[in-house]
Amino acid sequence: MTVIRSALASLFLAGLLVLPALRPADAQIPADVLVVGQIAEPASMDPAVSTATNDFRILVNLYEGLVRYKPGTLEVEPALAESWTISEDGRVYEFKLRQAVTFHDGTPFDAEAVKFNFERMLDENHPAAGTGPFPLAFFFSAIEKVEVVDPQTVRFTLTEAFAPFLSNLAYPTGLIVSPSAVTEQGQDYARNPVGTGPFRFVEWVGSQQVTIERNPDYWGEPAKLQTVVFRPIADANTRAAEMLAGGIDVMVEVPPDALGQFSGGDFQVHEQAGPHLWFLILNTREGPLQDKRVRQAVNYAIDKQVIADNILQGTAVPAKGPIAPAFEWAYDDTIEGYPHDPDKAKALLAEAGAEGARLTFYVAESGSGMLDPVAIGTAIQADLAKVGLEVEIQTYEWNTYLANVNAGLGDKADMAEMAWMTNDPDTLPYLTLRTDALPENGGFNSGYYSNPELDRILDEARRESEQDKRGELYRQAQRIIVEDAPWAFIAHWQQNAVTTGTVQGFALQPSFFLLLDDVSKQ
Amino acid sequence: MPAYVLGRLLALLPVLFGLSLIVFLIMALIPGDPAQAILGSYATPENVARINRDLGLDRSLPVQYLTWLGNVVTGDLGRSYSLNRPVLDEVLERFSATLILAGAALVLASVLGLLAGIVSAVYQYGLADKLVTFAVLIGISLPSFWLGLLLILLFAVRWRLLPVSGMYAIYGGGGLVDLLWHLILPATTLAVVAAGVIARLTRSAMLEVLRQDFVRTARAKGVSERGVVFRHALKAAMVTVIPVIGIQAGFVLGGAVYIETVFQWPGIGRMLVDAIGTRDILLVQGGVLVVAASYVLFNLLADVVQRLLDPRIAA
Repeated sequence: MTVIRSALASLFLAGLLVLPALRPADAQIPADVLVVGQIAEPASMDPAVSTATNDFRILVNLYEGLVRYKPGTLEVEPALAESWTISEDGRVYEFKLRQAVTFHDGTPFDAEAVKFNFERMLDENHPAAGTGPFPLAFFFSAIEKVEVVDPQTVRFTLTEAFAPFLSNLAYPTGLIVSPSAVTEQGQDYARNPVGTGPFRFVEWVGSQQVTIERNPDYWGEPAKLQTVVFRPIADANTRAAEMLAGGIDVMVEVPPDALGQFSGGDFQVHEQAGPHLWFLILNTREGPLQDKRVRQAVNYAIDKQVIADNILQGTAVPAKGPIAPAFEWAYDDTIEGYPHDPDKAKALLAEAGAEGARLTFYVAESGSGMLDPVAIGTAIQADLAKVGLEVEIQTYEWNTYLANVNAGLGDKADMAEMAWMTNDPDTLPYLTLRTDALPENGGFNSGYYSNPELDRILDEARRESEQDKRGELYRQAQRIIVEDAPWAFIAHWQQNAVTTGTVQGFALQPSFFLLLDDVSKQ
Repeated sequence: MPAYVLGRLLALLPVLFGLSLIVFLIMALIPGDPAQAILGSYATPENVARINRDLGLDRSLPVQYLTWLGNVVTGDLGRSYSLNRPVLDEVLERFSATLILAGAALVLASVLGLLAGIVSAVYQYGLADKLVTFAVLIGISLPSFWLGLLLILLFAVRWRLLPVSGMYAIYGGGGLVDLLWHLILPATTLAVVAAGVIARLTRSAMLEVLRQDFVRTARAKGVSERGVVFRHALKAAMVTVIPVIGIQAGFVLGGAVYIETVFQWPGIGRMLVDAIGTRDILLVQGGVLVVAASYVLFNLLADVVQRLLDPRIAA
């Protein structure tokens, strides 16, 4: 049987010899090409269609809106609009547009283009309405009409004063697409984007990569990189391995467990707090949590610092209230919140006669912005057990979970995990804590919290177009919400990213967008 | 034979029809819907209703299914809302990637499995047999996603010999060499279990054949040992082994789901998992149809080869 033996041996040898010989010429990434490891393939490159942060990371480099967030903040500054005026009653916004800006397809950016963009989303009979659906069009549902005053001036009339309008314009849903490209491509536009941004689209290879390159005709400071490649790498371990092996230059959303691998050495870890809140919805209509003291006890009983430090390994900071500190102008930094205090929790429970109460707790298995929901849920369960509350966890797959929670907790559950990432301090409380937002009214107030004073403040803040006055109203709202404790405030996520040592000028934004025009490689 | 093949192909139609109905019902029955998946936190009843109307999901289930079926007959698998492109384009692109991966894995598994099986049968109870049996046991028991991660850590991260993931290099890539280069780790990982199963089966089939009279006759006639093993015994043993390779083709296709995720291979397995997560029912339907049809075709192919090898079956 020497034949077989020698056949095997030669096969093995051949393998050893041939493999390195076959190895393709060292595929080094050139110095002006940046490769970004993303968490998934984008769903669409049409900003009016996209809803995911994963898509936005690409879109904000291809497109611009009338306004944008000032780098490093959540404050609005001019972009495609040079300036604007707001009428006394807060209903009419008139924008002066930047001159001599062209889309990547060569067509001019003007007031007609702006009108086209918003009417496409809002008017069902618009010729390009078939390029939808436009899931976040309701961001602009306050728009009554868009008028072209002259080619460089566009006027928006709102049905009522709506102060978040500007920050909604800065959100990716407000990015401006080329009308002629949309008209020509129809539904295929979603994979052939044309904007005005510092980068233009090159190709999208299904589930492998999206490539963009420097826009040589950009009106502003040209991008430093020649090319950026976005690679979807769904598995977090594989993404980390690619980073360690030099296959990518930037990795976003590093899982807490993998962060340690990148500390020191040739890598740089970036962290940035954003407008994110992780909280528990407490059922204020049914069960033991109807009593405010029991809700406050739940808040005191949970050790938020331990969750942020140990479970999330420093990728989050404890939350003190309903509004993220990233909204600097609206955040009340005098609020103490509910520091971990089991004794106070026990005293409150005793006062309310709720010792040993049983609570049903909805926990998601995963989900957008939910971080590590099962581990956090279990930690909360253990903390509540220490003050004598018996918590039963029920877990659900994310889509099922949303359907259950959004319908209202009813008599089925006492607490539910939830996380939101928003672009304006108005969004979260307005959609989830007002009386008008109860599930029976079609809102997200799944815990049935109702406080007429808060309703009034939130309505007023929406109509107030002066930022300082608005900020003061949100600070009032925070104090009320923290005192009433319709939620247990747990954590604010800090998004993170890792870059290789060669990447220069990289910074994460509080908006969670990934702006790459200032980035270069050495 | 042509009549047999035609008959089997016709039998495929009711299978596919039944399958599409079951998949459709499962997708309709599981909680959560596409609008929920698109809107996430913003899924108000009003927004959900609007998206459902836009996607045509506000019609009754039978109407939705029949519309889909009618379109399929004309070759239109619909449009994926989660990827914003025609289902057919996506499915074909992704399926060809899976075929490359699964095909390579199957070839690798067959070659390794047959060799290992023959070696351990010929040297029954010898050291080679024990080594192979041990290796096979390990191979069958390893979870493939874990093996894949381990191989990545060793070959790509530690030694930097092979790429971590993907199908082509993003820079200076493309071409057959690049493809093979990216194929080594995922195909090996995927082949391990199937190779073990094939090795075990080949061993027992060969042992049985080697004890038979015609083998002794061949040896008595003075046929070389190499001739006995490969020309006489192996050919007879293949009749048992071939259908198992056909069945392994199905397992390899199924196992590709994990491997495609770990190695970021742009295949149809991962596409289906993602599509289920986003409740992209048209994409799920299209993908399942193609995978199921190909599975049935693989088995048909195995049966045909088996008939060609062993005329007794056809009789």
